[in-house]
Amino acid sequence: MSEFFAMGGRGFYVWMSYGVTALFMVVEVIAVARSKKTVLKRLARMVRAEARGNS
Amino acid sequence: MAFKNSIAWYYFSSPKNFYPLAGRLIPWFWGLSVILLVVGLYMSFFVAPTDYKQGESYRIIFIHVPAAWMSMLIYLVMAVYAIIGLAWKLRMAEMMASALAPTGAMFTFLALWTGAFWGKPTWGTYWVWDARLTSELILLFLYIGYISLQSAIDDPRRAARASALLAIVGVINLPVIYWSVKWWNTLHQGASVSPTMEPKMASVMVTAMLVMTFAFWMYTIAVVLMRVRRTVLERESQTSWVKALVGDRVENSSAGEKQ
Amino acid sequence: MSKINGAGEVNQSSLFAAWRAMVVRDLTLAMRRRADVLTTLFFFIIVVSLFPLGVSPEMAVLREIAPGVIWVAALLASMLSLGRLFSDDYQDGTLEQMLLLPQPLSVLVLAKVLAHWLVSGVPLVLLSPLLGMQLGLGGDAIMLMMLTLLLGTPVLSLIGSVGAALTLGVRGGGVLVSLLVLPLYIPVLIFGTGAVDAATSGMAFEGHLSLLGAFFVLAALLTPLATAAALRISVE
Repeated sequence: MSEFFAMGGRGFYVWMSYGVTALFMVVEVIAVARSKKTVLKRLARMVRAEARGNS
Repeated sequence: MAFKNSIAWYYFSSPKNFYPLAGRLIPWFWGLSVILLVVGLYMSFFVAPTDYKQGESYRIIFIHVPAAWMSMLIYLVMAVYAIIGLAWKLRMAEMMASALAPTGAMFTFLALWTGAFWGKPTWGTYWVWDARLTSELILLFLYIGYISLQSAIDDPRRAARASALLAIVGVINLPVIYWSVKWWNTLHQGASVSPTMEPKMASVMVTAMLVMTFAFWMYTIAVVLMRVRRTVLERESQTSWVKALVGDRVENSSAGEKQ
Repeated sequence: MSKINGAGEVNQSSLFAAWRAMVVRDLTLAMRRRADVLTTLFFFIIVVSLFPLGVSPEMAVLREIAPGVIWVAALLASMLSLGRLFSDDYQDGTLEQMLLLPQPLSVLVLAKVLAHWLVSGVPLVLLSPLLGMQLGLGGDAIMLMMLTLLLGTPVLSLIGSVGAALTLGVRGGGVLVSLLVLPLYIPVLIFGTGAVDAATSGMAFEGHLSLLGAFFVLAALLTPLATAAALRISVE
C-alpha cells in the first residue's frame, strides 16, 4: 500500500497533480451548487415579499 | 446536442423548457462521469505498466493530456455557442457559452499545473517555454479575458453578447497564435516537450487517456448544466415560470415547517 | 462592397466623403489635444529606458534584447492609447449618431482606426530609431525594425479597436482592455521581433515581413466588422 503511494519515489509529483485536479473539480461542483442555492434563496425571499405585499 | 429533431431543438432552446430538461439530464452525466473516472483511474494506476524511461511520474499524463484536450475543446464549443447566440439571438446559447468558460479555464490551469509536475521529474524543471505549454498559457489568458469582460459588464444581456463576440475573435486568432508560437519555438530551438512520447505508445495508455478524457467531458457537461441552470434562474427571475417554480418550493418548505 | 451597393442611397463618393471627413475630424480633435499624444510617446521612451537600468548597461546584452524591448514597449504604448479611440464619442453621444448614419459602420471604424494609428502609431515608428541606437542596434537592424513597426503597429490599432469597443463605458475598462487585447497581439510581437533577430543573425527576414503584411491585410478586412458589431453591442 505504502509502496503504491510512494510511486517509485515520484509520489510527490504524482499526488500533487492528481490531488490538485481532484480538489479543483470537487470545489467547482460545490461552488456551483452553493451559488445556485443562494440564487434560489434570494428568489424565494422576493416571492415571499411579493406574496405579503399582495395579501 | 443529442436532439437531432429540429423541432425538439427549437423547443429546448427556450430557457423555460431547457431548465427542467437539464435538471433531468444532470444525474445521468454525473453517473457516466463517475463510472468513467473509476475505470480511467483504475487503468491509469493499475493496468498501465510503468514506463521504463520515466518511471511512475509518467502517470500524470493520464490527467495532463485529457485536461489539455478539454481546455481546447471547451473553448471551441464555447465559440460555437457564441456564434449561435449572436447569429440567432438565442439566449440559451449565450448562457451556455458563458457557463462553459469557468470550467474551461479550470482545465487549462490544470493542464499547466499537471504539466509542471510532470516536467519536473522528467526534465528537471517545472516550466519550459515549449510551444504546447506556451500556447496553453495563452489560452488561459484568453479565458481570463473572456471571464473578466463578462464580470465587468453589469447588464447581463450586454455582458453575454460582448463576451460572445470576444470568444469568436479569440477562436479565429487561436490557430494564428498557436502556429506563431510553434514557429517561434523552433526558431529559438527551445525544448520541445511532447506528451505523446513513444510512437508505439502502448494501446493501454491511449485507452486510459481516452477514458479519462470522456470522464472529464461528462463532468464538464454535468457541471456546466448545473451552472447554466443557475444563470437561467438569475436572468429569468422576472418571468412567471421562475416565480411559479420558486413559489412551489416556498410553499413546500413552509408546509414542511408546519408539520 | 456588396453591403455598400445594397444600401442603395449610399453611393461610392458619399461613402468616401464620409470616410475622409471622419479621418479629418479625428485628426483635428487629436491635434487639439496634443498632450495626450505626447504622453503615450514619453511612456514609450521611459519604458525602453528602464531596461538598461533594470537589466544591464552592457551593450552586447542590450543589443540582444533590443528588438523585443522596443516591440513590447510599442505594444504597451499603443494599448494605452486605445482608451481614446471611442470613449469621447461614446460620452458625448456622437457614437450613437454614427450608428445611425447610412454609411456602413465598419467603414467609419476603419477611418477612426486610421486616424488613431496616425497619431499614436506613426510617432512610435518615427521615434524607434532613436531608441534602437540607445540600445546599440546597428543601422540595418534599425531600418528593419522601423519597417516591422510600420507594418505591425496598424495591426495593433486594428485588433485593439475590438477591445476598445467591447469595453466602452465599462468600469475598469483601461486595465480590462489589456487583458483582452494583449494575448491577441502575440503573433505580431513574434514576427516583428523575429524579423530583426533573423536579420542580425544573418538569416532571411523577408518571410517575416510578408507574414506581417498578411496579418495587416487580414486584420484590415476582419477587425472593422468585429469592431462595428462590438460598438452596436456596447451602445444598444
